[in-house]
Amino acid sequence: MKKMPRWADVALIPILNLLIAFIISGLVLLAIGKDPWAALGTMIDGSFGSSRGVGYTLYYTTNFIFTGLAMGIASHARMFNIGGEGQAALGGLGVALILLAVPWPHWTLALPAAILFGGLFGAAWAFIPAYLQAKRGSHIVITTIMFNFIAASLMGYLLTGVLKVPGKMAAETAKFPEGAHLPTFHEMLAPFGIEFSKHAPANLSFLVALLCLYVFWILVWRTRLGYNIRAFGESESAAVYAGINPAKIIIITMLISGAFAGLMAINNVMGEAERLIHNAVEGAGFIGIAVALMGRNHPIGIFLAALLFGFLWQGGAELQFEHQIPREMVTVIQALVILLTGALDNMVRRPVEKLFIMRYKAKGL
Amino acid sequence: MTLMKTILGATATLALSAGAVLADPAIVFDLGGKFDKSFNEAAYNGAERWASETGGSYDEFELSADAQREQVLRRFAEGGNNPIVMAGFSFASALETVAADFPDTKFVIIDMVVDAPNVRSIVFDEHTGSYLVGVMAAMASESGTVSFVGGMDIPLISKFACGYAQGVKDTNPDANVIVNMTGTTPSAWNDPVKGSELTRGQISQGSDVVFAAAGGTGLGVLQTAKDEGILAIGVDSNQNHLQPGSVLTSMVKRVDNAVYESFTAGEGVEPGFAAMGLANEGVGPAFDDSNAPLVTDEMKAAVEEAKAKIIAGDIVVHDYMSDESCPSL
Repeated sequence: MKKMPRWADVALIPILNLLIAFIISGLVLLAIGKDPWAALGTMIDGSFGSSRGVGYTLYYTTNFIFTGLAMGIASHARMFNIGGEGQAALGGLGVALILLAVPWPHWTLALPAAILFGGLFGAAWAFIPAYLQAKRGSHIVITTIMFNFIAASLMGYLLTGVLKVPGKMAAETAKFPEGAHLPTFHEMLAPFGIEFSKHAPANLSFLVALLCLYVFWILVWRTRLGYNIRAFGESESAAVYAGINPAKIIIITMLISGAFAGLMAINNVMGEAERLIHNAVEGAGFIGIAVALMGRNHPIGIFLAALLFGFLWQGGAELQFEHQIPREMVTVIQALVILLTGALDNMVRRPVEKLFIMRYKAKGL
Repeated sequence: MTLMKTILGATATLALSAGAVLADPAIVFDLGGKFDKSFNEAAYNGAERWASETGGSYDEFELSADAQREQVLRRFAEGGNNPIVMAGFSFASALETVAADFPDTKFVIIDMVVDAPNVRSIVFDEHTGSYLVGVMAAMASESGTVSFVGGMDIPLISKFACGYAQGVKDTNPDANVIVNMTGTTPSAWNDPVKGSELTRGQISQGSDVVFAAAGGTGLGVLQTAKDEGILAIGVDSNQNHLQPGSVLTSMVKRVDNAVYESFTAGEGVEPGFAAMGLANEGVGPAFDDSNAPLVTDEMKAAVEEAKAKIIAGDIVVHDYMSDESCPSL
């Protein structure tokens, strides 16, 4: 029996999921007495209608690309890394430590160091669950989620203690040196005569995220390691038969995954806040799960899904501004998209698959 | 030409009146959300009180990401909202940037000082209000030992503790004050179980009045005080009704008044530094039906006397945050 054509798998199903999510969201908005079409217009205009809106959308998108890649690489080895939240938080710690330790003269020097430390800290945080999974068989889902809590406590401890600026109330580090400032879109595009809003947080790390998408593609489909990861994911016993060491693959994959999550810190910590604040990740680690699921663990899919969620985040804020829709309602709309594209994927997939199979049968294939 | 003038004049009038219509005040709540049963909710109540009394309308925004701070201030300022009130010290750095870009808009920040020509900084004299509840605690205590449960160990909470201890010691120099902090992370604001444990520990050391300045953790303190038959003192909002009969009083911090007054002043809100203290009813013990049986006339008289002396400057209550030390502890 044949399966669905590929275009249906990668495009039709996500679009159907989205449509259902938007229809239910529209009904929710109707129920609280708001006009769904006006709301949709506000969301689109607010996220893509102005350079400031685009700047915020792409800022959120950058976060979600990194965490989506983290989830994606682990998924290729059939591992469910839900520790992106904690790994990104630790990445932030690495970035903050190195940026505060050295009086950086220019971002061209600070950025590679931040990438190295952010990735290293994120990977280190993923290493312990990876080791426990590889050598002790402790389930990665359980350990990574527990490590999110440990990370939150650790960051709270550090940010209210040794890293806090004495005398200040807020749980945050000192501001990074001027030389560690990453160019924003405004500064990047000004030399080309393009006037981009000065007040949007999108910055150079968006380009780093795009580069990472490309690296991800090369790694997974063009290297021996990527082949090993995919082989291990498809069938562990077959991989062992082919001479692949499962413990090694688990640990390496998780290290890469943690590093991608940790890299998020160059966007939110280095690029935007320019200091490490408490709870800087703000749930992006969990959004990465939905991004990877929806993007089918492929760089292009991850990019599009991250863009969608960036749109939902920025557009959601606009809903609050323009229509005084409560914050909780915006969360409901975002959650519906996650629920339908992530958790309830099969609800749409099965019927669509059956439809295709019926068509094949009718054609006598 | 005359027609042109008329049209131009009409447009100008329209533009002006549109500006006037748009000048609604706005309030921004911090990440805790406006229904946090504490600080943000008090701010929300102040805004609602203004709206219901004046029939005016205001715009509001609840943050869901830290990156939104500057965005929302800018949006409100561009939209013509004036004044723009923000609840919480975390807005300081965003406000410093935005205030400079909108010199004609007035901003009000609560619980923090931002020095800019168009910003009003409202802070509370938590130490003097705590002094007064300390006076009451010392008079209500039979054992001569009273205690304090703080939330997260930050200078602001030590300010409460220090004022309280001074009030106790000035009333009863032999009194013993036990001070415990719940923790050093933000989770210390919402740990009623730990609050309860600390209270039990303090009771075993002889305490019979406990002052909780600990957010949600305080609910556990109040509960345990009730269960163990001792007195408790609430904080921020009037919490007397939470455990009637065992809450001696509450050290209220009138965040709602701060918002209400800023909204009432409108565009004419005065920039600069404003301390909400005893003189302008910004802080102080709460008296209502729930705690009436617990409060004696002598206590009320002592509180009034101390209050008058503090306002007159005869009693100087030490502010912990001025030098991060506390002579009474």
